[in-house]
Amino acid sequence: MHPTDFTLRGAIDALNEGIISSVELTQAHLDAIGKLNPRLNAYITVTGEQALAQAKASDKRRAEGGAGPLEGVPLAIKDLFCTAGTRTTAGSKILGNFVPPYESTVSGNLLRDGAVFLGKANLDEFAMGSSNGTSAFGPVENPWSRRNDPDTRLVPGGSSGGSAAAVAARLALGATATDTGGSIRQPAAFCGIAGIKPTYGRCSRFGVVAFASSLDQAGPVARTVEDCAILLKSMSGFDPKDSTSADVPVPDFAAACARGVKGLRIGIPKEYRLDGMPAEISALWQQGMDWLRAQGAELVDISLPHTKHALPTYYVVAPAEASSNLARYDGVRYGLRQTAADSDLRDLYERTRAAGFGDEVKRRIMIGTYVLSAGYYDAYYLKAQKVRALIRRDFDEAWTKCDAILTPATPSAAFGMDEKQDDPVAMYLNDVFTVTANLAGLPGLAVPAGLSAEGLPLGLQVLGRAFDEETVFAVGTALEHAANFTALPGLRASA
Amino acid sequence: MSLDSATIRRIASLARIRLEEADVGRMQNELNGILGWIEQLQAVNTDGVEPMAGGAPRGEPAMRQRPDAVTDGGQPDQVLANAPDRAHDYFAVPKVVE
Repeated sequence: MHPTDFTLRGAIDALNEGIISSVELTQAHLDAIGKLNPRLNAYITVTGEQALAQAKASDKRRAEGGAGPLEGVPLAIKDLFCTAGTRTTAGSKILGNFVPPYESTVSGNLLRDGAVFLGKANLDEFAMGSSNGTSAFGPVENPWSRRNDPDTRLVPGGSSGGSAAAVAARLALGATATDTGGSIRQPAAFCGIAGIKPTYGRCSRFGVVAFASSLDQAGPVARTVEDCAILLKSMSGFDPKDSTSADVPVPDFAAACARGVKGLRIGIPKEYRLDGMPAEISALWQQGMDWLRAQGAELVDISLPHTKHALPTYYVVAPAEASSNLARYDGVRYGLRQTAADSDLRDLYERTRAAGFGDEVKRRIMIGTYVLSAGYYDAYYLKAQKVRALIRRDFDEAWTKCDAILTPATPSAAFGMDEKQDDPVAMYLNDVFTVTANLAGLPGLAVPAGLSAEGLPLGLQVLGRAFDEETVFAVGTALEHAANFTALPGLRASA
Repeated sequence: MSLDSATIRRIASLARIRLEEADVGRMQNELNGILGWIEQLQAVNTDGVEPMAGGAPRGEPAMRQRPDAVTDGGQPDQVLANAPDRAHDYFAVPKVVE
């Protein structure tokens, strides 16, 4: 077997059994990156020398009996996580030369557990996008292509498009990602891999470049549900440096994967049956229900009546928070500075931000500035916060009837790189099934479950109660076993 | 409601983003498209609903206070390491006081 084809669990076992060393495993991934990254553009920065040094140190720790839970496992880190001494761009020109002097808590937790970092994964600029098309470092290509149209290059989804493409193409065993409206689950679904956005507060946001602070959550993407569970355990935990970090115990998520679904009540929300939803998405959803019922779960019809208002709510709340968070990029303390010969300080701000931010980021800052401005705050921002409360209340009521909720992950398979780029609202609709979990703060997992007629991966989504990722992992594993998703992307390291 | 070009210029000014005159029309169309879509929220009955401010799923006050104590400091070179311009141990900007 080619070393890049290990699952993360399989790689840990192989390392433990001495079948492979971390240096060999890391070198195989670096070779794969060298071969495929020029086309896929999944990594913005590859830290090859550092990765090999980390792998060497890891092999030494293992030999001395000090192996951590992720000892020697090569990962990709979304370029939104600050990594001490390694450039962190957020996919933006404005941070194009930014080298953090500190480590994000999540990436620090992974290093503590022995992980090796291959490099920084590409993303939509400031994590704003659903196609990876807004990155200042160029788009990422999905390693999958349509069966009868192999020449059309497809998007990997976004914003964690580089993370998902890297894992699907075997350029990493797993990756960190972040999810503000669907940015873990939508790219995972588009690339045929698994990804979980945990409960808000589960992973520290310290050192993660902020987009919308009440919605942002870090989580993993990997090729199996269990691999996600292993990574999430390392990434999670209370952090006094994030005032919204939850001081709750971190369970053994991987152990929960094997629980099964017998006796679980699975909610099927009627509002997720969209008008004009493609037949193959409806069919996959029905297939998922049948799989869970066959394994002993009970299906329950539920209603989440405010679902249709979730996306417009999100597109008030998220830009409002973004306009505030991104005020810090002013050309004074770090990042790009743009001036003219006679610039005063205000002109410096305005030129820097005009030159440093891309179009989608500017649009969202403008929307956010408007909805927070005097005279409009109540009509837009306060109104959206109230609708958000109703969306959370819908879920509170649903949890009296069910233990987890099953939905499609996305309304379509991956689309072409030149599609949907001219219409912001059409692009926003990608997150129709995922955005509610962010607004309500709940965990959501995307699992690859089938192929479209064009041969592209389609995912199902499992939503759970706050801090009950264990049930989500149990349901996700049941779907994964039933789906037996073995299809592979055309572009991958061992192909 | 639809934003006119003067409002677009005002928002850009509040956001401190230089907007070239040639780009005002495009930005106006895009923002009006997004705001027109957002407008549907006005139809939702939210009488008596408390706004949800933070992201905490159980609605508990998410923000925790920590002791007001110094936990870090004394590293000006690290703080200034990414500065576009510095003078001694300070960030430097164009002259603001004549």
